[in-house]
Amino acid sequence: MDVVDNDAAMRKFAAGMPVPNFEETSFTRPKPLSSAKVAIVTSAAIYREGGNGFVGNDFHYETLPKDARDLKLGHLSPNLDRGGFAADINVAYPIDRLNELAEKGVIGEVAQHHYSFAGNQPETVSELRLDTGPQCAQDMLNEGVDVVLLTPV
Amino acid sequence: MGLAAIIITPMRDAAERIKPPRALYTNFPLGLTLGKPGNADFQHKVLRAAFNLLEETQGPVISDFPITISSTVSEPLVCSLPPRVNSELHPAIDEAQALKAAYERARNKNKRTSVGMKISPDDIPEALARFAKIADGDHWDEVGFPDNSMHGTVHDIRAYYEELACELAEGPIGPWATERWFYDETEAGRLILNARRAMRDKNAPHPIWFYLAPGARQ
Repeated sequence: MDVVDNDAAMRKFAAGMPVPNFEETSFTRPKPLSSAKVAIVTSAAIYREGGNGFVGNDFHYETLPKDARDLKLGHLSPNLDRGGFAADINVAYPIDRLNELAEKGVIGEVAQHHYSFAGNQPETVSELRLDTGPQCAQDMLNEGVDVVLLTPV
Repeated sequence: MGLAAIIITPMRDAAERIKPPRALYTNFPLGLTLGKPGNADFQHKVLRAAFNLLEETQGPVISDFPITISSTVSEPLVCSLPPRVNSELHPAIDEAQALKAAYERARNKNKRTSVGMKISPDDIPEALARFAKIADGDHWDEVGFPDNSMHGTVHDIRAYYEELACELAEGPIGPWATERWFYDETEAGRLILNARRAMRDKNAPHPIWFYLAPGARQ
């Protein structure tokens, strides 16, 4: 049976989608990584057991405590390798890898909280840009996060 | 001081157009942001490349991770399916019930499951029965799916199968291997594709049938 290359089809589709225009790129230089607090923000729509998860046109984010492992993949798209997360959450949410880096002193500290949005968003991403995105950023600033690792799915 | 952001992205075109401050482009299958499940060494290589971007003095900057992971060339999943137990049941229902123990083992071992978006593991046989009706020609609105639940139900069925496959499979899990096993090898996956085709051929609205499987599947 021919192997279907869904990823090529999705990349082609995404290349034709409009994207928001940012006149200026915000470029912050953090303290040395070895003393930086690092948080993950993923769009894999990860949520905890017992939570409500995500629905279509969903702009909210889930806050994931660093020790939470009762994690579910709530992404609504079939166009990604969902089996990777089934095998190992770190392919989309590398929390164990960050803990290892902190133990070795490569990074200063793993943030107490990490964040998950839904990857399927309207093409303007207005709600994320203007509302929940800044709110999430403020949550991280309030905790003293220095570096954000974004893992889009 | 603000947040220093690094994105690990499989979409180089989007990074070029959106211009995030620091982007590591990874030519990996979609969904595998860190590349290889179960391979901590490889995932650390990716993270090292991402964190190295913090040394850049100005941005936006895009760096290309030097290793590509193919979406189409991978070892097929070696995961045996059980023989028929109850020939009076639809093959997909019989199969799902026979695999329940493997699913429970995986869930107990990993202490997590993605099943539960719309249905519980116990509801899977009934959900498959509904897809069987659609595949046999019944109208999709009349087989008993609550509103807007069909896609989530497919995700639950797929998660059930993919999680137990990770438990049963021999060898590493290659890119898209569980998806190919599910839709090409299992009765449940083939049933969902048949139901999808039946809906398509009866001119069901595109969003209703199209997202029951990856878009490139026929």
